[in-house]
Amino acid sequence: MNHDAEFLRHLYRRMISIRLFEEKIGELFLGGELPGFVHLYVGEEAIAVGVCANLTDQDYITSTHRGHGHCIAKGAQIRPMMAEIFGKKTGYCKGKGGSMHIADFSVGMLGANGVVGGGYNLAVGAALAAKMRKSGQVAVCFFGDGASNRGTFHEGINMAAAWKLPVIFVNENNQWASTTPYRTTNNIEDIADRAKGYGIPGVIVDGNDIFAVLETAKAAIDRARAGDGPTLIEAKTYRIKGHFVGDPEMYRTKAEVQKHLDENDPLKNFAHKVIGAKLLKQADLDAIRGEAAREVEQAVGEARQAPYPDEAELFADLYVEGVK
Amino acid sequence: MREISFSEATLEAMAEEMERDARVFVMGEDIARQGGIFGQFKGLPQRFGTDRVLDTPISETAIVGAGVGAALAGMRPVVDMHFADFITVCMDEVVNQMAKIRYMFGGQCIVPVVLRAPDGIIRSAAAQHSQSLESWFLHVPGLKVVVPSNPADAKGLLKAAIRSDDPVLYFEHKALFPTKGPVPDGDHLVPIGKANIVRPGRDVTIVSYSMMLHRVLEAADKLAGQGIEAEVIDLRTISPIDFDAIYASIAKTHRLMVVHEAVKTGGVGAEIAARVAEENLDLLDAPIVRIGAPYVPIPFSPNLEKLVKITADDVTLAAIKLCK
Ligand SMILES: Cc1ncc(C[n+]2csc(CCOP(=O)(O)OP(=O)(O)O)c2C)c(N)n1
Repeated sequence: MNHDAEFLRHLYRRMISIRLFEEKIGELFLGGELPGFVHLYVGEEAIAVGVCANLTDQDYITSTHRGHGHCIAKGAQIRPMMAEIFGKKTGYCKGKGGSMHIADFSVGMLGANGVVGGGYNLAVGAALAAKMRKSGQVAVCFFGDGASNRGTFHEGINMAAAWKLPVIFVNENNQWASTTPYRTTNNIEDIADRAKGYGIPGVIVDGNDIFAVLETAKAAIDRARAGDGPTLIEAKTYRIKGHFVGDPEMYRTKAEVQKHLDENDPLKNFAHKVIGAKLLKQADLDAIRGEAAREVEQAVGEARQAPYPDEAELFADLYVEGVK
Repeated sequence: MREISFSEATLEAMAEEMERDARVFVMGEDIARQGGIFGQFKGLPQRFGTDRVLDTPISETAIVGAGVGAALAGMRPVVDMHFADFITVCMDEVVNQMAKIRYMFGGQCIVPVVLRAPDGIIRSAAAQHSQSLESWFLHVPGLKVVVPSNPADAKGLLKAAIRSDDPVLYFEHKALFPTKGPVPDGDHLVPIGKANIVRPGRDVTIVSYSMMLHRVLEAADKLAGQGIEAEVIDLRTISPIDFDAIYASIAKTHRLMVVHEAVKTGGVGAEIAARVAEENLDLLDAPIVRIGAPYVPIPFSPNLEKLVKITADDVTLAAIKLCK
């Protein structure tokens, strides 16, 4: 591990922010304070942060219905994210998007998507734009194992491969699509194997190990920037929380979840490695955690106080040029 | 004024806009090598290169989705649907993504995509290659829908659509491609959302668009022979509909007919009739008449197909009855 301490702090800050943000959101939702649905990313932090640590604000990502982690990993701010989830005027989308539709175009985060598989081709298109402009930008598409069975997966990845677009398809195989286990809807063990069908590399990585993700993503991103086209990365992980907050989880046992949490929590993995290698101390991690927790608390306080959108907002931003 | 065909007019629009703005590009199935089914892209790849005139895989979700993604990343894509019927294959991309993204993300981005969709009845193309589906998209806030009836408008509206920061569906009637008409030289633009009074009259207002406008004009000639002066309005845009033009006309004629090739049920005529009834019923001296296709798919047999087509006689007879 040859990362400097500052970079490691950055990684941990983003991962712990996601964890704390998510846990807080779960709490608030169960407390009846949040409208809509929320899908938590807890336990998958190493994937978003590991991938996005290789990107700049000029690069693009598209996200899923489980998008908070992708937003934070790409550099979106906690406060407008929280406000958005509350449906407040000060949210990223002025309260019109909510949890499943947070976007921050200023950092290349092209939006979460309420449609499973809705993000593939938006990423492909962003990559097409980058290729046409020869800008060196790349686009990353995050998607679930369930989403990989949408037809649009095939269309997007095939077109991107045929055109050698700078796009990286990052599958987060958390073993579950709502209540359906991966193996009951797929005849192959690894989604990465599908890459063969498109003539691109398919790589499997331990999605609970941020250092493995960092490296794998870097190779794919370098390849894309060099003009060699897409890579399909399958990050193996596990969905620790229910599909959505409030999910009764009748389809699996608590023991199964606990086992994963005990053995494979990406945050514990990270701490273990960096402390073991004497790169950071527990006290460093605690300090970062404290900072992140304060930020989340502050965001909640502000979001609670923030006004809802004005009624005049209803018709705003539908069209650029007005329509009566 | 010089006379060129409808397809040549759209080709001029494409070439001029690609010349003017390097962000404009076009993609679709068989457009570069073939020049488009109706010759509407002929010569573009030679002039602008196959990096800006792209032959895509047969992957409608990828084509439209990538168009949207490229627009989000700063390009101005024109996407050819081959046949309007195939929009059905990528309804998510059109309805959930293209139409919603700007609003849902609180105006953080623009979505300047144009979908070119050849529609309408051509000889015995049967149920999956003859449809007029434009009214579906009136029902989707966030889209603009244009329906040119002649080469000048075809050029002017396409140029306006490409320059529009909003997503535009451009329905071009397949049977109109070879028809010729005068087209002004130079940078000819037709504003989106403005109807055209094609023929002034005092006795009845006939509102139409696209191919049917020609049937209506034939009917108007016949009606004139019988002493009935019809005022003919070419809508040119059906989302948004220019109700001001309609109201001004019925304030004069006190009678209203709407004529379209699409099925009458749930059509543009239904929307116009409902709005006029809600807002300006007192301007009318007689019930509103709608003429549209019967509620069946377009049959193959020429014998049956002619039963779903609207003729100038249909319009003439209905107008005579209405004016009695
Ligand atoms: C096109 C579409 N079909 C179904 C749904 C309902 N839905 C939302 S999330 C989900 C499961 C997605 O599973 P996966 O892609 O593995 O992502 P995960 O939830 O595991 O992160 C389903 C079926 C949807 N939102 N969109």
